[in-house]
Amino acid sequence: MILTEIKANPEFEAQLAKMGGADVKMCFQCGTCTADCPSGRRTSYRVRKLMRMAQLGLKDEIVDCEELWECTTCYTCVERCPRQVPIVDIVIALRNIAVAEGHMLANHKPTATNLYTIGHAVTVTDKVKEQRKAIGLPEIPPTVLMNSNAMADLTKILKATGFDKIVE
Amino acid sequence: MAKYAFFLGCIAPLRYPGVEKSTRVVCEKLGIELVELDDASCCPAPGVIRAFSRTTWLAAAARNLALAEAKGLPIVTICNGCYGSLFDAAHELNNDAEELAKVNKVLAEINMEYKGTTQVYHFAEVLYKEVGVEKIKAAVTNPFEHNVAAFYGCHFLKPSKIKDLEDPEDAHMLEALIEATGAKCMPRKQPMLCCGAGGGVRAGFSDVAKEFTKTNLENIQASSANYIVDICPFCHMQFDSVQKDLGFSIPVLHLCQVYGIAMGMSEEELGFSAHVVPVKL
Repeated sequence: MILTEIKANPEFEAQLAKMGGADVKMCFQCGTCTADCPSGRRTSYRVRKLMRMAQLGLKDEIVDCEELWECTTCYTCVERCPRQVPIVDIVIALRNIAVAEGHMLANHKPTATNLYTIGHAVTVTDKVKEQRKAIGLPEIPPTVLMNSNAMADLTKILKATGFDKIVE
Repeated sequence: MAKYAFFLGCIAPLRYPGVEKSTRVVCEKLGIELVELDDASCCPAPGVIRAFSRTTWLAAAARNLALAEAKGLPIVTICNGCYGSLFDAAHELNNDAEELAKVNKVLAEINMEYKGTTQVYHFAEVLYKEVGVEKIKAAVTNPFEHNVAAFYGCHFLKPSKIKDLEDPEDAHMLEALIEATGAKCMPRKQPMLCCGAGGGVRAGFSDVAKEFTKTNLENIQASSANYIVDICPFCHMQFDSVQKDLGFSIPVLHLCQVYGIAMGMSEEELGFSAHVVPVKL
């Protein structure tokens, strides 16, 4: 993305701070993060640029950029940042803002749906039930999968925090 | 005897049940009592669910922490993702009364309260600090005498500012735990390079994730390691599931499975049928 015009977005700083990204202002753009980023070696994701965009309040550009989702949260940048900027927390906060505005990758929907419907990130397959049984484990692990009341509790929590709207 | 609430997570019980099974057997042999954390859910996943909604993530994690609190037990996990998620959530809630009060408003909907007392440990940390390498060595009956690649993953040691286990740029804990079985950890380039799966990248951009894994596999192959030994079912799944496409075939074992082998578990019990890359001992 080439930045041609910057329109300040004063509300964005407050929104980002509320989501745990207040310390983005600590970034002095040294670029250690980008130099160390294993994703940046393989994609067009540039940590320093994302931090700068956040400082400038370029909300529309941030929520719409695919690179926001190319961070593996490996924390290499966080470990090496000379200003101790909690970069991963900021990336997470920016993703939250993007998702709240309807910018979610289609490939991520199934994981969200799995949590909402069965309380786990992956589905239960017949194959794994067989494998579990064969090694002396109960077919279904003793989690929310085994107790519909516990799953109902989890669903209430997910709904109370608005996760049902994300899944839809 | 050390006693923990066993947090299962998702990938171990639902994709690699041999990892769960070997953990249970190995803990018994080492005198660690695992208590079932009945009714627990996904941690929830730090790279995806937390990225969608921090509020949902924290509340659902708090529910898991409260389940352990009700038993009066610390949590042990066998997954870096679950560890990262639950440790971060506990760190936040146990030290921030305001956040805790907010989460408890949500938990009140299900008549639950989290008081902010649960401690969260990774299995490797418990093995290293509480059991100790000497006791592990003494429990080995079938030495695992192979050259292996130790794979830490990201969320065991990092962010080190809050975890304070070991310097992630100069770590030795996992090598010591693996070598207690008679194996030899082969030095390699970029040992701390992410597997590529985290942060929703595996689901979102599988080709990008594969590029990370490919570099790791090249480095591992060049080091003459014959096995990859991980401490995270998600790294485990990434390494196991993409090798075929990338033209590699290096068996992937969770540390608990290596201990299972070294402590005399049968091949059937170790659940290798769930592995894509064949494991032949």
